[in-house]
Amino acid sequence: MSSEYTVTETLDVKGQSCPMPIVKTKQAIDDLEAGDVLEVIATDSGSMSDIQGWADGTDGVELLEQEEADDRYTHYVKKTE
Amino acid sequence: MSTDNQTTSVDEPDAESEFDAAELQALRERVEELEESLAEADAGDDQKKMTIVATQGSFDMAYPPLILASTAAAFGWEVVVFHTFWGLDILHEEKSTNLKLSAVGNPNMPVPNAVAALPGMDTMATKMMQKKIDENGTATIEELIDLSLESGVDLQACQMTIELMDYDEDDFYDGVTTGVGAATALQHMADSDIQLLV
Repeated sequence: MSSEYTVTETLDVKGQSCPMPIVKTKQAIDDLEAGDVLEVIATDSGSMSDIQGWADGTDGVELLEQEEADDRYTHYVKKTE
Repeated sequence: MSTDNQTTSVDEPDAESEFDAAELQALRERVEELEESLAEADAGDDQKKMTIVATQGSFDMAYPPLILASTAAAFGWEVVVFHTFWGLDILHEEKSTNLKLSAVGNPNMPVPNAVAALPGMDTMATKMMQKKIDENGTATIEELIDLSLESGVDLQACQMTIELMDYDEDDFYDGVTTGVGAATALQHMADSDIQLLV
């Protein structure tokens, strides 16, 4: 993870599959303030494409970074508004 | 009369060009006004809408509409799922927890139809699928219904089918819309960007 942003909240969706990582991410983002960054840790490989698609198609969120390591997919999503 | 006419004919071109300038200005203002309201209308139209018609009530067919509906809600879309015929069982509190997978006529089953038709085969196939779903961390049907309702998905139960199946309106999950028919479904479909029949 780069140091350009600070993680506000971490969401653990390990072991959960589609559509849970997206639905839970959306719920977690709703509870945050503008400027906050949510870290989402998933084991669902489909979450790489899904989180990206969701962030692209949703107003008020920005996907900062995605990482893949040891079958773990970590996403950093910023709430922009 | 002739003098008057002359005066008028001399004045006319001037009067006409003055009027044109004023008219032009008014037109410019009107165009700006319209462009503004068009931009506002475009911004308002950004809200996507999806309507799904769910007609199947087997264990496997209950998943696609619920997964798509809850995901679309996460995108902030307005979602309606109209449940009719066997699709009604998905919203039925008791039946939704006991949906079955059909072993007969299912080319994905590892047994021939003659064997699949034996008593208890549907239950066995359902248990196998259930086990896979648990292992995979896939949500249960109940979880997906709760999530959908929580996130504002309008789950509708077709009134005609409720009566046809002798169900009661109280048999359904809290938050399910009843008292709706084909006309309501069509209205939602006409207003939607995406319409799906499952």
